[in-house]
Amino acid sequence: MKPNTLSQSSLLRVENVTKRFGGVTAVGNVTFSVELGQIVGLIGPNGAGKTTLFNCVTGLGLPEEGNIYFGDSETLLNRLDPDQIVAAGVARTFQTIRLFKHMSVLENVMVGAHSKTRSGILGALLRPRWVLVEEKKLVSRAHQLLHFFGLDHKSYEIARNLSYGHQRKLEIARALASQPKLLLLDEPAAGMNPKEKEELLDLIRTIRKSGVTILLIEHDMKVIMPISDHVVVLDYGKKIAEGKPKDIQRNPEVIEAYLGTGTYPSHA
Amino acid sequence: MRKNREDTRRGAPLWAPDLIRRRRPGRHRGPPLQLKNGIYCGFIILAAFLIPLVDRNAYHIDVLVTAGIFMMLALGLNVIVGSAGILNLGYAALFAIGSYTYALANIHLHIPFWVGLWISAFSAAFFGMILAFPALRLSGDYIAMVTLGTGEIVRIVLNNLDPITGGPNGLLGIDHPAFGIAGYNFGVRSEPYYYLVLGLVILIVVVLKRIESSRLGRAWLALREDELAASCMGINPVWAKLSAFGIGGFIAGIAGAVFASKQGTVSPDSFDFVVSVMVLAMVVLGGLGNIAGAMLGALVLSLLPELLRGFDLYRMLLFGFAMIVMMLFRPQGILGEIHYQEEFENKLLKRESGAKL
Amino acid sequence: MTASDVFIQQVINGLTIGMIYALIALGYTLVYGIIQLINFAHGEVFMVGAYLSLLIFTLFTGIFAGIGGSVLFLVLTFLFAMLGTSVMGLVIERFAYRPLHAAPRLAPLITAIGISFLLQNAVMLIFGPTDKRFPDLIPIHQFSFGAVTFTNLQILIAAVSVSLMVSLQIFIKTTRTGKAMRALADDREAASLVGIDINRIISIAFVIGSALAGAGGVMFGMYYHTINFHDGYLAGLKAFTAAVFGGIGNVPGAMLGGLLLGILEGVGAGYLSSEWKNVFAFLILILILLFRPSGLLGSRVVKKV
Repeated sequence: MKPNTLSQSSLLRVENVTKRFGGVTAVGNVTFSVELGQIVGLIGPNGAGKTTLFNCVTGLGLPEEGNIYFGDSETLLNRLDPDQIVAAGVARTFQTIRLFKHMSVLENVMVGAHSKTRSGILGALLRPRWVLVEEKKLVSRAHQLLHFFGLDHKSYEIARNLSYGHQRKLEIARALASQPKLLLLDEPAAGMNPKEKEELLDLIRTIRKSGVTILLIEHDMKVIMPISDHVVVLDYGKKIAEGKPKDIQRNPEVIEAYLGTGTYPSHA
Repeated sequence: MRKNREDTRRGAPLWAPDLIRRRRPGRHRGPPLQLKNGIYCGFIILAAFLIPLVDRNAYHIDVLVTAGIFMMLALGLNVIVGSAGILNLGYAALFAIGSYTYALANIHLHIPFWVGLWISAFSAAFFGMILAFPALRLSGDYIAMVTLGTGEIVRIVLNNLDPITGGPNGLLGIDHPAFGIAGYNFGVRSEPYYYLVLGLVILIVVVLKRIESSRLGRAWLALREDELAASCMGINPVWAKLSAFGIGGFIAGIAGAVFASKQGTVSPDSFDFVVSVMVLAMVVLGGLGNIAGAMLGALVLSLLPELLRGFDLYRMLLFGFAMIVMMLFRPQGILGEIHYQEEFENKLLKRESGAKL
Repeated sequence: MTASDVFIQQVINGLTIGMIYALIALGYTLVYGIIQLINFAHGEVFMVGAYLSLLIFTLFTGIFAGIGGSVLFLVLTFLFAMLGTSVMGLVIERFAYRPLHAAPRLAPLITAIGISFLLQNAVMLIFGPTDKRFPDLIPIHQFSFGAVTFTNLQILIAAVSVSLMVSLQIFIKTTRTGKAMRALADDREAASLVGIDINRIISIAFVIGSALAGAGGVMFGMYYHTINFHDGYLAGLKAFTAAVFGGIGNVPGAMLGGLLLGILEGVGAGYLSSEWKNVFAFLILILILLFRPSGLLGSRVVKKV
């Protein structure tokens, strides 16, 4: 597999992005890209700036410097609002689960598809044929998605009643509902047992096969290494290495970054 | 459009035409309770129709008309505060704008009620959306103060722009609704207003139920649960909030026009902070976001003062006391909020353990 | 009297009422800083303070005679009013707000409005709906400085307010309880982890805030000579504006905000009628909240995702 060059055909291009919070530089001059169809892993010790980077990509924080380009048209993500970014084809999950806890499982997924549906106030009021059709398609697509995740039997359960593992899956399902080109997963395996992590790996591979490019943050090397085509390593907001998983694991700077904080990347 | 069997088992599509007329839970929460709810509602509506025929006391009907107007207001505020989760302490301002708009349109341009109704609704909706702008950027407590301030500003302006608004005396000589062709004028009898208000309330409830089960309704709920996550799912918070204020304002405008046309006069006293608070209390009493709750709350709080007629002086006192007690023992309202249990439990846990969840 | 003299006069008058607003504003800011609650009922506490001092006067007038007696009487009035309002604040916190610490955000707000209604109407029923004449607790002397006049009452108000505010600052900066309050305002979880009794500190904040408001009430009555059960609502709203103006949760900010608002009102009084003055105050509130919600001295809050 080719190393990532900043070619114009990249799906996502993060270029010299810097994000500061007061005196702290959370992300410092980071540059990397994600190619179409790849699974790219983003790793680094705690506080390295990974989630902050995600926030910059999804419009939750404006980077002080740098640009983020997306897709063929090179849309500048750092100029858009979060909802516009979703419409452009980027979806995400959160490190702490942020489901709509009092809505049903099905409704959570339906909300995920908000950007792909159009009905507004008038549509809701008058219910013309196109709105009814749209709603019907929305429901059936949501059921399909839930079925893929094995959650369909829980469609009408209130989200907060789901088990932790199911909630994590629901988060991903919800993100996929917007039919994204790029899916950002923030520590999807957190809190999962090994069996669930295996399922997650399969899930992610299947998602990639369906045509979605994936950028994922993870702490567990047993999850990241087997699945990533390419890995980017951050430490203290800076990119310290990138390349194939095998190379990263042997990279002395990476090892030191982890050893320095007491965590040692285990071999996949 | 055929309903196929599979859909009925899973949660019948809500767009089935014969079910649209009934009130039913529109959320995708499971197999439909349409039929049961539909029957209940049918009974209630029938009973409501019959009341004026059974109870001939004009005063009673009048009280019910006032209750009905408050029901409309509670339903409108419920959209803003309950469904979209934005605190509003100045709803009376939108009510006032609706009333004064119809009053001015009627007095100066002789616009009849049935047209004025729409003008009031749209003008109040428009002002509602302007008021939404601070709400777009501020958090809960601050929005409370901003809306409070705006409510007061509107009232003071109405009280002081004498040449236009008639100042403290207000405007007089507003037409009652009439059917021009038949020559029937509502006049000062209560019955026609009763049926007018009943019809409007039913209409508003149908509309709100439709929205609740639509893309917009889901967006509001998501926004209310977690605005950040909602925006990351593609929901534009500006659109959602503007819609809420717009619809809430629209309803206030309707209520305002009805109120003005019934009274024949409007004055700033009818639209002070106390009114805003009362409507808010009605919504909270019934349960935030709960449509049936808002109506129940309005009914209870409108009729209670009547039942306590003897204690006129102590009314406000008891009202304040009731609010305190209500919050101590059932903060989620009689019929329950859409979103309460978890916030409560989370905060309770947080406080007890001092730890982050 | 030249235009600038008029202006200075307005400013001085404005400063006087500004001190009172500052005292009330401190109550709002102390409570908000610690539990993020806008205590809607605080304005009524202030109003009750004014009525309490009126009550004392009517009950005990004539017992104290002479200058010495007059000063003693004044001190006792302050103490009694402040004590009364402190107790009231304590009761409100303990029985109406504390049970709702875990309830949804709207609940304490509704309760506060309920308490506000309750107090306003209780006072109205007990004392009557009309304005009550508030007597001079001390004989008034006027002083002139050039073309500008002020009274010994204004000096008194300034002296009392400033000493109270300075005491508060010292209290917060140096005492253990004060530090605990700051800790609680900063990070609630950490504060409880180091063993700070949260409930006690919250109660203390309410007590201090209410006491200050009570003092403000006494001086309000002395300054304006009439009090009405509705005064709490208006003054409360303005004081809240002042607190937000200075940065809600920020103690010096509340003081600054109060003074500034008072000056603005004093200057405006020369040109606007009283109702438009209120519009002015509300507009300021809205504009601040829109464009600088952190106020003059407040700090920006960084949201974490």
